[in-house]
Amino acid sequence: MTNALTAKKLDLYYGDFHALKNVNLAIAPKKITALIGPSGCGKSTLLRVFNRMNELIAGVKITGEVKIFGRTMNKINLLELRKSVGMVFQRPNPFPLTIYDNVIYGLRIHGISKKDILDETAFTSLTSVGLWNDLKDRLKENALKLSGEQQQRLCIARLIALKSDILLMDEPCSALDPIATARIEELMQDLKENYTIVIVTHNMQQAARVSEECGFMLLGELVEFGNTDRIFTAPSDKRTEDYITGRYG
Amino acid sequence: MDKIISKLLFLAATSSTAILALIALFIFKEGVPIMAKSGLAHFLFGNEWRPLQGMFGIFPFIVGSLWITAGALILGVPLGVCCAVYLAEFSPKKWANILKPAIELLAGIPSVVYGFMGVMWLAPIIRTHLGGPGLSILAASCVLAIMILPTIVGVSIDAINAVPKSYKEGSLALGATEWQTVWRVILPAARSGILAGVILGMGRAVGETMAVIMISGNATIIPNNMLDSVRTLTANIAIEMGYAIGDHRQALFATGVVLFFFIMGLNMIALKFSRRKF
Repeated sequence: MTNALTAKKLDLYYGDFHALKNVNLAIAPKKITALIGPSGCGKSTLLRVFNRMNELIAGVKITGEVKIFGRTMNKINLLELRKSVGMVFQRPNPFPLTIYDNVIYGLRIHGISKKDILDETAFTSLTSVGLWNDLKDRLKENALKLSGEQQQRLCIARLIALKSDILLMDEPCSALDPIATARIEELMQDLKENYTIVIVTHNMQQAARVSEECGFMLLGELVEFGNTDRIFTAPSDKRTEDYITGRYG
Repeated sequence: MDKIISKLLFLAATSSTAILALIALFIFKEGVPIMAKSGLAHFLFGNEWRPLQGMFGIFPFIVGSLWITAGALILGVPLGVCCAVYLAEFSPKKWANILKPAIELLAGIPSVVYGFMGVMWLAPIIRTHLGGPGLSILAASCVLAIMILPTIVGVSIDAINAVPKSYKEGSLALGATEWQTVWRVILPAARSGILAGVILGMGRAVGETMAVIMISGNATIIPNNMLDSVRTLTANIAIEMGYAIGDHRQALFATGVVLFFFIMGLNMIALKFSRRKF
């Protein structure tokens, strides 16, 4: 099976700062892959390579090769790329629009305006993130009225509406309480049937709970990458072991 | 020591409010009797302004003010909001740093200069190419549109910059273009702030006097189209104050009362919008 994401000899510079150093990895489809590491290790930066969000920052230079399902990333139209590689942010960021308009935002910007398609998509997307029953009568309310957990689910629903293949999640639970976190983690387990999920987290327990594969990053390097159980029980690199056993980070 | 300072500050605060209150009171005291005398409906909706015969109908001036203000907004708001969007979202930093202060400088030009330019340059163009007397609603609207630009641009830029960056990121990450992001997320989010700017600009347009006297033609009739001359509420006071006595003088104060309500209403709406959170 083709890997969902691959990076070869990936280097990234913010001006003079070498933020990612020779990263090589392959992320399997329809699995949850976690990227862990201390703050500033480059895990979010790496995540943002895959939907080219780093390019919003002036002075970023990226070298190396990234492939999405076997296609070279830079040859894919930027807007198409971001459509198929969606991102969930640390702070839930629903737009200050109605719940309905939020869900179908992606469809609208990609030129779909048929009401029955939009309605159908709103239904299926909200259902698959478990919001439909709670919100079906409140679709015209402002999305900012929702709770943090509901907002984050709504942000995931926006990606599902777009039929993204890959969901990049940048610390999706760090603004949520433990109960909401557990429920979002449950949702991730449901979603991996159909989606490739890459999650960045500074919470090692979370990585151990949800992911099947795991990468440990330190100072811009991908130190170790592999099966989560193995990384947490028998890391092959001393630095990984030190981090996991809590010696720093 | 602290007590004395706080007493002094209290005095300053109360006296400045008191001065404003007294001025308002004075205007009302001077203006309200004539409104009562000629009947409020007659005063507001009467078409005849013949002060020497004791006919005080200010409807033509209300219409004049509304036309000129509406014209200024129709011309100025799209221009101002587009300019703000460009400076806040699209322009290179370098350009924004030059253009924003330049637009703010526009606010520093005295209104008599705007009026003079309108009379010397704009009115003849309108007269030659579009007909009519030249000194007209259209001319006044054009000049006012430029005069309210600094307010609209300035407030709109602040409103756009206050939109959380996460909205923009979220939209771009869904594959939206910059323009789609601005149109569908940033402008709706900044809407209340932009509206507040528009209303402040509107207040300025309604209250502007000098430039309007110079280029609106000051005819005391109800206009038929954009090329007719009109007189505004503000112009009415300024033009006739030199020789008004008795009821006539009171009628001018009453015009002031109407203006007072106009502008207070606009400011209250602006305040309401600017306080609303997204």
